[in-house]
Amino acid sequence: MTNEDARSAGAGTALLDVRDLRVEFRTRDGVAKAVNGVSYRVAPGQTLAVLGESGSGKSVTAQAVMGILDSPPGRVTGGEVVFQGRDLLTLRKDERRRVRGAKMAMIFQDALSALNPVLSVGAQLGEMFQVHEGMSRKDARGRAVELMERVGIPAARERVNDYPHQFSGGMRQRIMIAMALALGPDLIIADEPTTALDVTVQAQVMDLLAELQRELTMGLILITHDLGVVADVADTIAVMYAGRIVETAPVHQLYRAPAHPYTRGLLDSVPRLDQKGRRLYAIKGLPPSLTAIPPGCPFHPRCPLAQDICRTDPPPLYEAGPGRASACHFWKETLDGAR
Amino acid sequence: MPESYVPKEAMGHGDGGSAALAIGEAESLERRPGAAPPGAGPPGAPVGKPRSLWSDAWHDLCRNPVFVLSALVILFLVVIAIWPQLIATGNPYRADLAKAQQGSQPGHPFGFDTQGRDVYTRVVYGARASITVGVCATAGAALLGSLLGGLAGFFGGWGDTLLSRLADIFFGIPVILGGLVFLSMVTSTTVWPVVGFIVLLGWPQISRIARGSVVTAKQNDYVQAARALGAGNRRLLLRHIAPNAVAPVIVVATIALGTFIALEATLSYLGAGLKPPTVSWGIDISTASPYIRSAPHMLLWPAGALSITVLAFILLGDAVRDALDPKLR
Repeated sequence: MTNEDARSAGAGTALLDVRDLRVEFRTRDGVAKAVNGVSYRVAPGQTLAVLGESGSGKSVTAQAVMGILDSPPGRVTGGEVVFQGRDLLTLRKDERRRVRGAKMAMIFQDALSALNPVLSVGAQLGEMFQVHEGMSRKDARGRAVELMERVGIPAARERVNDYPHQFSGGMRQRIMIAMALALGPDLIIADEPTTALDVTVQAQVMDLLAELQRELTMGLILITHDLGVVADVADTIAVMYAGRIVETAPVHQLYRAPAHPYTRGLLDSVPRLDQKGRRLYAIKGLPPSLTAIPPGCPFHPRCPLAQDICRTDPPPLYEAGPGRASACHFWKETLDGAR
Repeated sequence: MPESYVPKEAMGHGDGGSAALAIGEAESLERRPGAAPPGAGPPGAPVGKPRSLWSDAWHDLCRNPVFVLSALVILFLVVIAIWPQLIATGNPYRADLAKAQQGSQPGHPFGFDTQGRDVYTRVVYGARASITVGVCATAGAALLGSLLGGLAGFFGGWGDTLLSRLADIFFGIPVILGGLVFLSMVTSTTVWPVVGFIVLLGWPQISRIARGSVVTAKQNDYVQAARALGAGNRRLLLRHIAPNAVAPVIVVATIALGTFIALEATLSYLGAGLKPPTVSWGIDISTASPYIRSAPHMLLWPAGALSITVLAFILLGDAVRDALDPKLR
């Protein structure tokens, strides 16, 4: 498929169309290939969950999409990030900066470190309006209060001049969400938004995020390693391994019948109430070093189904049913085995 | 929507803003000495629990006797540097050779120097040169160093490498030797050549600190978050990085101020720093040193003034560092 076909096919439906994105980090130990040809799409109002272990490239992909990759050492070496019909990677720096915050925004994992400790939350929220809309400080402060009320912070008017450390973890994450929502973006990337929170607060924050997304019909990319978080919220899941997408599927199909041995391993390693007393399953081995990704299928050293072909031929993304794809030579066997 | 929040916000800022007048001064005065304000005040700011790093540090400093004492000494020095007439009515240049090297006597508590000039008056007037050199050299070095170091740390790359090597070269210049060579060529009797020389040798120290703390601050998540929300380089640097990176620079600059004053005195002692007719502790120490056994007072008073000044700045720097670095507590 040529790029032109892709664009005409995707332009109508996709809000974000990442195509064959590649990112490298030049380190002292060699070139770390963090993202190796990732493609995904997000439609308006849709939630895509990107699932993967630490180091699978899920956050780096998001940073490359946002354009906040640390470079050097990071570098986008190929691919396209088509957002609302424009390839962001070809935009000028200042054009790209106008997109950030206004059209696409990001929610970070740890709100305590993602909020500036020396500025009050009102100043940080208001800054969004001052920078992008040239609003006066006072008007911006008023909008900050509205936003804080919108994300459910009690006594917002009294607390607008408080500093980040004076809020609880859940409240801080709500403020992060408020900052991301401030300018009404069309796409939100949430990088493990609930990982740093208590389990009870996790659910509240996740619900808030889902509710706001529905209300404002934003696209949402939810980056997580928590299978539990994903199930209720996401429409589609993309599972990443060693900088590649190994499986994409609508969320319930993926849970019911994974088409990649890695996904299956992930699902099997979740503790279950109905299997009490049994030893918890773990995928054997470790994820590969990104400076030395194995030839063939990157998962083959850990895969229970690995054959000779897996050691030599990298599997393409096979279509495994409507809206599903799996990068496994034996996706059919995996799928059948799961049923 | 905005109309509904304006009156309340004005109340929130009542204590400081002009809006307080409408509410009534009596009320805001009454509230201040009380414990936690009852309901009406911001709940996040109970009295006794300061909010930001700076107010926190200030609160700590005010309770630190070392800080209070050294700050008072410095305040006093600055005042007499500006208005020496306040405590010294004499003329620092008036020489009465008949009284040369005489010790303390009524009206002349510190005695006379070798040319019969009043030592007390000269010590008081000497503060001006020391404070001027110290403050100006520190301001220059801090400005130049934090600007260069901050930019180098933020942008990195070849500019950073170039600047760091340049700073290394300036570090390599021996201060006294460099001072003797450079300043002996200067004929000006003002303080500015000395200030310029100290800035030239002092900026690398500040720029290293500034660079280091900008590099550290740059890696904070909130900088990336601000970038992700569309902030440009200038805003990132000025609003998000600088306030979080400035503390170490302030500390080093305060301590450097003391050492710069000592350096000025050293250079003046060696004849390469300030030159007469400028009144300087270093020059007076130098002219008095041959007579240290016969008339030690001529040397001890300016030397004592110098020591107290340098010590005050170094202790101030220490206190500020302790207040700004919570890890040292």
